[in-house]
Amino acid sequence: MADATTLQYTAEHEWVLVEGDTATVGITAYAAEKLGDVVFVELPKVGSDVASGTVVGEIESTKSVGELFAPVNGTVAAANDAVVSDPSLVNSDPFGEGWLIKVAFTSLPTLMTYAEYSELVGE
Amino acid sequence: MPDRYSPLHQLHVDAGASFTDFAGWQMPVSYGSDLAEHHAVRTSAGIFDISHMAEIRVDGPDAAAFLDYALAGKLSAIAPLQAKYSLLLTEQGGIIDDLVVYRGGDRPSAFLVVANAGNRHEVVMALQERSAGFKVAVADESDIVSLIAVQGPLARGIVEAVLADDLSELKYYWGHETTWQGGRCFVARTGYTGEDGFELYINVNQAAELWGALRAAGGDTLSPAGLASRDTLRLEAGMPLYGHELGVDTFPVQAGLGRVVAMAKEGDFVGRAAVEAGPASTARLLVGLTTEGKRAGRAGYPVFDGDREVGVITSGALSPTLGYPIAMAYVDPDAAESTSLAIDVRGTRIDASVVKLPFYKRESK
Repeated sequence: MADATTLQYTAEHEWVLVEGDTATVGITAYAAEKLGDVVFVELPKVGSDVASGTVVGEIESTKSVGELFAPVNGTVAAANDAVVSDPSLVNSDPFGEGWLIKVAFTSLPTLMTYAEYSELVGE
Repeated sequence: MPDRYSPLHQLHVDAGASFTDFAGWQMPVSYGSDLAEHHAVRTSAGIFDISHMAEIRVDGPDAAAFLDYALAGKLSAIAPLQAKYSLLLTEQGGIIDDLVVYRGGDRPSAFLVVANAGNRHEVVMALQERSAGFKVAVADESDIVSLIAVQGPLARGIVEAVLADDLSELKYYWGHETTWQGGRCFVARTGYTGEDGFELYINVNQAAELWGALRAAGGDTLSPAGLASRDTLRLEAGMPLYGHELGVDTFPVQAGLGRVVAMAKEGDFVGRAAVEAGPASTARLLVGLTTEGKRAGRAGYPVFDGDREVGVITSGALSPTLGYPIAMAYVDPDAAESTSLAIDVRGTRIDASVVKLPFYKRESK
């Protein structure tokens, strides 16, 4: 599990871990809790191009649907098949095994720090 | 309006619940995992705080006759301690609320009308208006009554242990007047989950203590359960939810509730003329839909028959018990028999089959 304090965040309740030119993306524990038990995840195909701020996937719980936004511009380098076959990983380990996609990014927008995101969700 | 809190609120906070606004109340939506709570109710037992529900006492020599006039059902026909599901209709035949009505045991002239939290004031107002000319008092007791539901195959043993009562002979949709810790407690074999279960009416001052006693008696076999699982449970059981399947623009027959309206009862009742005339022959009907895969139709998603939009989903979820998506929808009458329906899930058409409700029925013993 990644250290949440070292991650970057978006207003769409996603976290971003930047390593070199790759961004690993997931949804935050706050978002996972708000969604409830996740029962279905649809992720973009590896190799597809994504644009920051556009919807690239879906995260469905028993009671609602959340959208996965691409936080960066780039190409999908990996999608977490484990989460597709076991969506409960998003709830049990949102910052770790519940990661969703890795994007080889071409540009990185300004993201929120842990402190800024914590303030956003009031925690 | 400021948020309202259940008398059990602090217990839910302590139990790690997350909360949602429901009709102005901050109620537990889950205590960690709505799926686990759902399965607990199906296989073991769950306990729900439904203190937001409205309890209205109707008492007086004319109470039975009054309810026959004010509501769609024949409430005068129920025996002391019996319960009946009923509807409060508008003059135009629409549904103001769906209700459960209990008749007093020690006091058969008294009835308890249980309404949805969001309709509390509409129901109280309608009952008071309709009581003119009847020797009856309508009293909103919602602020002094808490409601706790214990549901699931193991519910009876847990409730029996706490109340020190034998409930084996209590039939479905019957109640039992008892006392607990010196206070009055009304326990009914009713619920909103499709499982065997009980609902306990208790004074707000004793509610937290009763909740604690039930949790202690149930131990690991009893899971606190929130509104998220309550919704998937009732959906599997094919039970309508006001605001989704029911509303003032819906005739009972459209919702499959024609049997709840006692057309044979003597005398007039509010909505009678409109219900006798019936809705237009083109009025949409409530159906159950199932689809394959994992992507569920949700409230508001359209239903298609070929290129024609024939209806709309009112509730939908991936059924935790059945493993496939289920939904309730209002569709045009001819579409209710169609074998070529599809739902539109955010731009993707998914074939849907009309099925008989409920989706899930517990095995009878």
